[in-house]
Amino acid sequence: MSDKLNEKMDQKRRDFLKGLATVPVFGFFLVNLWAKLRRDALKRKNLLTDLINEKKAPAVVSKLSDSKHLNIGIIGYGGRGAHLVRGAGFATKGWVDWAYESSRENKLHKAYATFMEQEDLNCSLVGVCDLFDNHAELAIDASKNDLRPGGKPRKTAIRYRSYKEMLARGDVDAVIVATPDHWHSRITIDAAKAGKHVYCEKGLTRTFQEAIDVYDTIKETGVVLQLGHQNRQVEANDKAKQIIDKGLLGPVNLVELTTNRNSPWGAWVWSIHKDANRNTIDWDTFQEPSPNKIPFGEEALKRYFRWRCWYDYGTGLSGDLFSHDYDQLNQIMGMGIPKYASSSGGIYFYKDGRDVPDVWHATLEYPDKDLTVLYSATLSSNSSRGNRIMGHDATMVLGGMSNAGSVGGFRVIADTESTQYKERIEDGIINTKYPIYQYSPGSKQIDGVTSATSQYFANKGLLYAYRDGKRVDPSHLHVKDWLDAIRSGGQPKCNVDVALEEAVTCAMATESYLTGRRVEWDPINRKLI
Amino acid sequence: MYEGVSKLINPYWSSAAYLLDSKWIFSGIAQMIVSNPTLLTISDLINVWGLTIIGACLLLGIFSKQASIGGMTLISMYYLFAPPLLGLEYARPGEGSYIIVNKNLIEIFALFVLYHFPTSHLIGLDRFVTKLR
Repeated sequence: MSDKLNEKMDQKRRDFLKGLATVPVFGFFLVNLWAKLRRDALKRKNLLTDLINEKKAPAVVSKLSDSKHLNIGIIGYGGRGAHLVRGAGFATKGWVDWAYESSRENKLHKAYATFMEQEDLNCSLVGVCDLFDNHAELAIDASKNDLRPGGKPRKTAIRYRSYKEMLARGDVDAVIVATPDHWHSRITIDAAKAGKHVYCEKGLTRTFQEAIDVYDTIKETGVVLQLGHQNRQVEANDKAKQIIDKGLLGPVNLVELTTNRNSPWGAWVWSIHKDANRNTIDWDTFQEPSPNKIPFGEEALKRYFRWRCWYDYGTGLSGDLFSHDYDQLNQIMGMGIPKYASSSGGIYFYKDGRDVPDVWHATLEYPDKDLTVLYSATLSSNSSRGNRIMGHDATMVLGGMSNAGSVGGFRVIADTESTQYKERIEDGIINTKYPIYQYSPGSKQIDGVTSATSQYFANKGLLYAYRDGKRVDPSHLHVKDWLDAIRSGGQPKCNVDVALEEAVTCAMATESYLTGRRVEWDPINRKLI
Repeated sequence: MYEGVSKLINPYWSSAAYLLDSKWIFSGIAQMIVSNPTLLTISDLINVWGLTIIGACLLLGIFSKQASIGGMTLISMYYLFAPPLLGLEYARPGEGSYIIVNKNLIEIFALFVLYHFPTSHLIGLDRFVTKLR
């Protein structure tokens, strides 16, 4: 009897044990998970992730748009002008239809949603001045299109043959200047003297003296100038600045900025509009400020639409692309105008009659800051190199994978010979193969701890701000920043002081290429030596 | 199970990346999910909690039949949204070289076997569940 009882008890015990046999495995898993979480926490503490929580994004905060309705005019409604006017809230019917159709065909095409969800900036497009009839008509069309954030526009734009007529109009508060560079200074100076605020596309001016004149006029008149470097609105650059200000890269002695493009479009071989002819284009006015004049003809049409290829109208790579990279770095490091600049290059690929180089490099020297900034550009290779801020303790790499520059985010990688991180590298807390900090817009991903797959996606730029479903165009924010500054009497992010630094630096580099010698900046007499 | 937990402890994880890279017949549905924040949130929740709960059930040997079915459904989705077919290339780095058969397909069959030859009522918490019935 007792044997049977024992057997039954034993059976029950065995049952019980078999039932619970898997629980220790589960426990083992939990213990390991706990250990991993602790290790990750320790790693994170030693990385730079505390920066993530610091100073929230400079997103759209103010509601200044409510305060005063502003009337703006557009001078130069080409590709860039149209983009800026969309940033102000006005798109042509053709563009809206295209964006809408694209979003229907491809759900990830966000141009339509991005535009329609833009904040209404409480302004009207009241005037347009463009030397090409077709473009002027498109601007008028945009000014009265109902399909926009904020609904039906209050006013319709009037076309002016001369920008001076538009500036003479009393109810125009501000103008956007998106003409070729050779017109920037004249229009900006005239507008400022007429009391109009100015948003001027980059590069600020074509020549050094023009930059000084613009600066002085803006300072005298007190109007608000915003230079068109929309990178100033990109949050990644503010994060990068925080990291450098905290000294996390250590001493920085060398920065490498690069441009890689490899298409005719990227080399300014833009299409010549089919309706462009002697009657629809005011060629004489177009070339009025340029040093060399040519009669209207096929060559003139080429120059009208592909103006960036000639020094008569712009400065090639210098004012178009170097200016962006320089301004981004100036935003991050605030290094200002260099003491010396030298540059070299040539026309190696696009032998199409242009006189600006398609491969071009510039060296900027800052002896008092122990810093050299290199810029290297090619228009015949897409092998993106990104921008590298090289410190003794760590290197910051911006863009590079997609050539998206600042928009593509950045990563910080510790240096194998770093002094600051020496112990942590030896302890295995910091691995110099992986970023100690990574910023990928939209994803907020990655801190050197998460998976390799996530890092790969982040680098590819495949992760975007889809989670919140909203993407904002930096050009819109830049226009908004300008209008807000006009209303509040403050200064916008790319104000006249930083605009002068951009213009003088670009002018020094251009001058060096054209004269074949090193150019020195004399800040006391404001002269190039 | 850890696939689920790792996503749970990473506040920035999203199924968007996998879906964006989707190929073949379900890529349209994948794009629809990514472009709609509500659908994406649902997809993320199903992944995180589905993987965690299914993993815990299989490990502890409890409700293993239901867990097997759930697991097969979920992994079938992974397979169908990005099958390793000839001519389809993914941005995601692969963990091996596959044609037609990959880790996901094998896992589906493994769960299929577990479903038909359940062991959890012998060793596992299901032993008690079976007894209770």
